[in-house]
Amino acid sequence: MNEFAALIDALVYTRSRNEKLRLIAEYLRNTSDPDRGWALAALTDGLDFPAVKSSTIRNAMKERVDPVLWTLSRDFVGDTAETASLLWPEPIADQPEAPGVSEAVSLLSAMTRANVLTELPALLDRLDSSGRYALLKLATGAMRIGISARLGKTAFAQAFGVSVDDVEEYWHALKPPYSGLFEWAADGGEPPDTENIPLFRPFMLAHPLEDTIVSMDEYAAEWKWDGIRVQLVHVAGQTRLYSRSGDDISATFPELLSALEIPAVLDGELLVRGTAQGGEEGGAASFNALQQRLGRKTVSKKMLAEAPAFVRLYDAINIEGDDLRALPWENRRARLEEFVPRLPESHFDISQIVEAEDFAQLAKIREGTRDDAIEGLMLKKRDAPYIAGRKTGLWYKWKRDPLLIDCVMMYAQRGSGKRSSFYSDYTFGCWNGDPDQGAELLPVGKAYSGFTDAELKKLDKFVRQNTLNRFGPVREVEKSMVLEIAFDSVHSSKRHKSGLAMRFPRIHRIRWDKPAHEADRIDNLKALMRD
Amino acid sequence: MSADFSWIKPAPHGIYVEPADCWVDPSQAVDNALVTHGHADHARGGHGATIATPETLAIMKLRYRTGAEDENGEIPTKATPVAYGETIRLKGGVDATYIPAGHVLGSAQILLEHAGEKIIVTGDYKRRHDPTCPPFKVTKCDVLITEATFGLPVFTHPPISGEIAKITERLAAYPDACVLVGAYALGKAQRVIAELRAAGHMDPIYLHGAMEKMCRLYQEHGVDLGELRLVSDHSKDDMRGAVVVAPPSAMNDRWSRRLPDPITAMASGWMRVRQRARQRNVELPLIISDHADWTELTQTIRDVDPQESWITHGREEALLRWCQLNQRRARALAMVGREEEDE
Repeated sequence: MNEFAALIDALVYTRSRNEKLRLIAEYLRNTSDPDRGWALAALTDGLDFPAVKSSTIRNAMKERVDPVLWTLSRDFVGDTAETASLLWPEPIADQPEAPGVSEAVSLLSAMTRANVLTELPALLDRLDSSGRYALLKLATGAMRIGISARLGKTAFAQAFGVSVDDVEEYWHALKPPYSGLFEWAADGGEPPDTENIPLFRPFMLAHPLEDTIVSMDEYAAEWKWDGIRVQLVHVAGQTRLYSRSGDDISATFPELLSALEIPAVLDGELLVRGTAQGGEEGGAASFNALQQRLGRKTVSKKMLAEAPAFVRLYDAINIEGDDLRALPWENRRARLEEFVPRLPESHFDISQIVEAEDFAQLAKIREGTRDDAIEGLMLKKRDAPYIAGRKTGLWYKWKRDPLLIDCVMMYAQRGSGKRSSFYSDYTFGCWNGDPDQGAELLPVGKAYSGFTDAELKKLDKFVRQNTLNRFGPVREVEKSMVLEIAFDSVHSSKRHKSGLAMRFPRIHRIRWDKPAHEADRIDNLKALMRD
Repeated sequence: MSADFSWIKPAPHGIYVEPADCWVDPSQAVDNALVTHGHADHARGGHGATIATPETLAIMKLRYRTGAEDENGEIPTKATPVAYGETIRLKGGVDATYIPAGHVLGSAQILLEHAGEKIIVTGDYKRRHDPTCPPFKVTKCDVLITEATFGLPVFTHPPISGEIAKITERLAAYPDACVLVGAYALGKAQRVIAELRAAGHMDPIYLHGAMEKMCRLYQEHGVDLGELRLVSDHSKDDMRGAVVVAPPSAMNDRWSRRLPDPITAMASGWMRVRQRARQRNVELPLIISDHADWTELTQTIRDVDPQESWITHGREEALLRWCQLNQRRARALAMVGREEEDE
């Protein structure tokens, strides 16, 4: 654990990408199996210990430190794991030596909700402050130290002189500690078998179009549907459904598993049937309806009947054992169109091509769209192969312009990670009537993005100088700052006092010039609702 | 006279000692000021008369021309030195005694006595050894007005030897680079240099121009800093394998381009928190502080054992909570201009 903790500390303080890669690669070369595999899993968010959550750490701390002092410290530091690692009381008695990464992982895996509050402290007692930080980061998943899964894989490829595309390809066939991967890359063994398992293939992703203009001769356009991107895989009699990040979500949508019986790897948008929206195709409900089905481990019959899922297909990665990824998009599309009639209509359709003579006409079509099942347009280069990740110039997403509304900042909270110490999370509200007639502000949402670092400094200063009340880490501010909020859609919600919930709200502009009483009313927001 | 310490009045711009009509560490120009030490959030120019230790007055003369003659040969800002342990009688029957605070050269706690009551204003202080100034002296009093810069239990400063070793180890590992240490020009810079010397690092140390005069002032007061050179007098190659000391503001500035592959280090108590170090682009965080950490703050309240503690500039809430948990009377004072999380 000491070497891993030293690596984590070094990564925290390293800004250069190349230096990060070098540090990780060096660690991977110099560490033995299976420690290095577990470490790699930790760096790529591949570990999960159900009994150890952020709340577990909080509870363990509150048995050892006054709760008020804990809260003040956590608020200042901006990171639960780090606060705990700093505040953990050094044990008085002699402790067994610090565990290695593998031992730590096996101890963490063995913890249950019943014993975690005695087992986790015993483990922490064996570590110093850096070790505790590394352990708690590893145990609770998100490392938040500026290392993406992709960077971890790139470092692995660099460590052993293999191609990162191969690493991506084999990655999902293996589980931590990735012994097959190390056997192949480090010890010159056979590559892992990927033929006969229902394996996730990394998605091809798009860049935002921004100011780019493309020719419709080179690019094809299709709708960007507002569901969740999925990959459905059938091989050797098994079917799996994967989310965009490669998580296996088969159990959440069991109706799709039996619907695909031909060996294939398909890329599409998961939607639920509905009558409210769906454009010409018809039949898709808004994202809000789909959301009711996400994140469930089991699904009731009622739910299956009320909100059945289907996949609107975008692309084919593999059909009957034929890997199509090297083919141009046009050819893959032709194969997909041929293939779709062989699938049950109840569970599959194909995402239609949006025909436009030129870019200007396409822009017009995009402006005219106000369908809640559509997020915008996708532009796909006709001759592009299917390449994992985001390669510039091949796929673009061209989202619908966001909706905008003027709100008033009501509360602020300090951010986490690189924004720790800054008041960077804002709750904002709209008026429930005429503010000049005594109307009040009701909170309608929370945003913590959309501003520059320089704007953040100014907002932070505003919060500090205009605090009315403190509720633990939350500051109530003078209701004078108008924020123009951009958001994708708004829905009814029982969770909020205003009865509304915005989707993906972010700060679009800070209206230093606008008096608070001129901000929008709840009714203006309600008028934008499309449930 | 009442027994509720009403002769001393904390205000946003300083602590007012009413019978003597003077202020402790005022942040605005006043007629009569008692100054604990030379840092800008405690000492400023333009007071009619300033009472401080001779070292603090030397620093204030350098920075603000306090006690210096103007072009007419007059002294518009009077300076009255009081040595450690000496007492000065102010008007209105107030006695002020200057006691070592262990923070920087010349830093003092000020003990104020009036009508049988004793109040100490600590200014900034620490309880650790510092080769550049005499150690904090515990003195009994009725009211302790204490700082709380690092008033959170997450702040425990490690022994300085380990932090100094981080500099020399990094130099040994990267002999062609230099370690650029960001440190405040008054106090921190000289302490880091003196500790490097104490650890046996005798090579010349290179200074940013803004550090030069203060280092010379320290040397004139008998602090041995070894051979110091100015960055501006030397080439890149001269500085390979060397320690360079600069004010934090210069670290991410164009100025640092003249250095050979600088590894940016920062000497500050805030470096205890990883994200703070990241926010400041620090590659080598050095947890070195001239302020009391949580343990020292709480230990000081125990040692001094006052009837009441008044807590100022810093994280008052947590120290207030500690006092409450330990059944000690305490209150927080809101001071202007000291909310900045700087040392």
